[in-house]
Amino acid sequence: MKILATYNIKGGVGKTSTAVNLSYLAAQDGLRVLLWDLDPQAAASYLFRIRPRVKGGGKALIKGSREIDDSIKGTDFADLDLLPADFTYRNLDLVLGATKKPTRRIARLLAPLSDQYDVIFLDCPPGISLLSESVLQAADSLLVPLIPTVLSLRTLDQLTEFISGFNGQRPAVLAFFSMIDARKNLHREIAERLPAERDDVAVATIPALSQIERMSVERAPVAAFAPHSRAAQSYQALWAEVRARAL
Amino acid sequence: MQTFSHVVELAAGGAGQPSEDDVLAALAPRFTLGAPGRPRTVRRTWLDTFDWRLHRAGLTLEYLTGPRPAELVLSTAAGDLVSQPAGRLAWPALAEDLPPGPVTAVIAPLAGIRALLAAARATSAVQDLRVLNADTKTVAWIRADRTTVDHPAAAQLPARLQVTAVRGYQLQAQRIGEVLAAAAGLNGHPGRPLDAALAAAGQRPEAYSNKISVQLGPGMAARGALQAVLLQLLDTLEANVPGTIRDIDTEFLHDLRVSVRRTRSVLKLAGDALPASLTARFRAEFKWLGDLTTPTRDLDVYLLNYDEMAGALVSGTPAELEPFHAHLARRRGIEQRSLTRGLRSARFSRLAREWRGALTGLTVPRAGERAADLATRRLRGAHRRVLRQGGAISADSPAEQLHDLRKRCKELRYLLEIFASLFDPQAYQRALKDLKGLQDCLGEFQDRQVQQEELREFAGQMMGDRDVPATALLAMGELAGGLGRAQRRARDEFAERFGEFASPASDRRFQELTSSAGTSGGRTGTTGGSARRSANGRAGDAGE
Repeated sequence: MKILATYNIKGGVGKTSTAVNLSYLAAQDGLRVLLWDLDPQAAASYLFRIRPRVKGGGKALIKGSREIDDSIKGTDFADLDLLPADFTYRNLDLVLGATKKPTRRIARLLAPLSDQYDVIFLDCPPGISLLSESVLQAADSLLVPLIPTVLSLRTLDQLTEFISGFNGQRPAVLAFFSMIDARKNLHREIAERLPAERDDVAVATIPALSQIERMSVERAPVAAFAPHSRAAQSYQALWAEVRARAL
Repeated sequence: MQTFSHVVELAAGGAGQPSEDDVLAALAPRFTLGAPGRPRTVRRTWLDTFDWRLHRAGLTLEYLTGPRPAELVLSTAAGDLVSQPAGRLAWPALAEDLPPGPVTAVIAPLAGIRALLAAARATSAVQDLRVLNADTKTVAWIRADRTTVDHPAAAQLPARLQVTAVRGYQLQAQRIGEVLAAAAGLNGHPGRPLDAALAAAGQRPEAYSNKISVQLGPGMAARGALQAVLLQLLDTLEANVPGTIRDIDTEFLHDLRVSVRRTRSVLKLAGDALPASLTARFRAEFKWLGDLTTPTRDLDVYLLNYDEMAGALVSGTPAELEPFHAHLARRRGIEQRSLTRGLRSARFSRLAREWRGALTGLTVPRAGERAADLATRRLRGAHRRVLRQGGAISADSPAEQLHDLRKRCKELRYLLEIFASLFDPQAYQRALKDLKGLQDCLGEFQDRQVQQEELREFAGQMMGDRDVPATALLAMGELAGGLGRAQRRARDEFAERFGEFASPASDRRFQELTSSAGTSGGRTGTTGGSARRSANGRAGDAGE
């Protein structure tokens, strides 16, 4: 079982769209996939039409007083399940802080699912917190969506440096450019140059496309409602690269 | 994958009966239906062992083929479903030869060495429907299924709607199932489709068992009781002939042989309860039939234990023993052909036909010994003989004395089984357990000896047949050594096992058993309060 987390300190960079579309494509590839919507905003749960509610809230889940199994919901797609968000996830840092070894907690919770799933996607809220640290320690790979600006490259370097300070397992980092605006020269320039220069930046990129925004109307992954669209093809190319590098 | 499902059966669409559309319309407004999936035709094969091991365990196993990849689906009466991809499979097949998966993991230990056979076959028109909640999220699937049985007899089964929950939506699926059932005017869970498929052919599941299930009454005439038991043994024997000839699994022959041995024991121990002319005439024929089946069964036992024996080699390796396996398999092929010839012979069909004729033609006298009396008398005699012969065995006694004791134990065992329905069930189980301990020890002693002798014979045959590697013979030598040690261990244990069987406590349990025969009415009657009455001798004559 591989654990992939979509993560960025910044919000609004395309983490949830990536998690939703890649988990769908992974399941279409015949892998057994779970997506855990860790963001109390519950966007991934919404996109799969699943109500953002977990019995006992985040506390029961993190403390292990409820089986994680019992909270998992099947999506409308074969081999793709979702562990929904819950509004109480906003307090996960407090709950984690009260456990032993909080940064190992997410990894320990997910370990028993290894016979049910081939891949687990973690869709993380933005920010840097005890929760994100626990996610970074659990993940085999981080998928980091970047808006092609100089500042966002700085955050990537900060993240890489932060991870290099971990003891034991460190996730591999794979960044990719997201929400590329074709009208902006700087976007185009950075998105073309960086993948050639840096190993940790993927060649595949996700343009800013209206089909991706339509996901919130259709409440489904792009490839499910517009399989031949450019948006679907972009995610397909990203998934192929992630699969080759991270699985 | 494991899921929960709820099945609703629709009555055949007669006048006034709700149609499928009426039933589905009841889901509104809480649920809506998505666009129906493309209808498809699925071939279903219901599978079970000849002795219905899955059905007895409350399980239904289906092999489904059609436009989608083939799968094995296992369901419980409570509606739990497990499925696994199956690929192309042909039946009969042994469970251990099925592809690994969650279904195989459940059925393999249950089926054991019994092959899975097609109990019924059907063609189903299947259509899947999504059930959506207010968020237009799929919470369950409804599979509409119209099944036409084509084996064992043509029949149309009532249409079924099977509700399967999407993970995490079990409560909604349960509700959907209830709504559909209420709209269809049904209460409770429908029966198993396999049962309906068999019923259409006048068959019922679990009809076969190798146990003697005839219900005897204590007041029944002894001759009538033996007649009923012998007829059931003949049914069991004949039921196993086709499977033995087709060589489906080893247990057809095993059950056939048990029927023959039980029949021979009854013939031997019946005394004047059966006409002497009858027993004299058929004892020889059943001996012939028993002997006919022995060589194949002996080789089966060898082959069934082969992996364990090969795995226990210390000096030799399983690879070195391989020529022996090949020899066993070849010999078995030869013996199986000669067994098949025997079972297809005029002599066998005449035996079966005339035996049935003789049994059904028996006149049962009104006066004469009662079943309970015969059972008690014979059991006590057989028990006495075991105690006497066993008590005479010392550490120095020759092997033949133990072999003879084993035969006496078998006679006692068969008498117990034949008359089982006359006894108090608990007393029966206790007495059987006492005897089994001794039988296991004697069986181990004799089987290991016979296997050593056979092993020498096989070695001689292999030397004569063709070039045989010295390493194979050495490995066989090691097997012989292991068998010798096992036999010695059994011999060393004998005194203790016999001591247990002959103990006052065991003897008391046996007395309780025999005295329960005339009083309790056996398995069908009341058992309470029978012990005191039976202590006075034969109460409860008012049986049959």
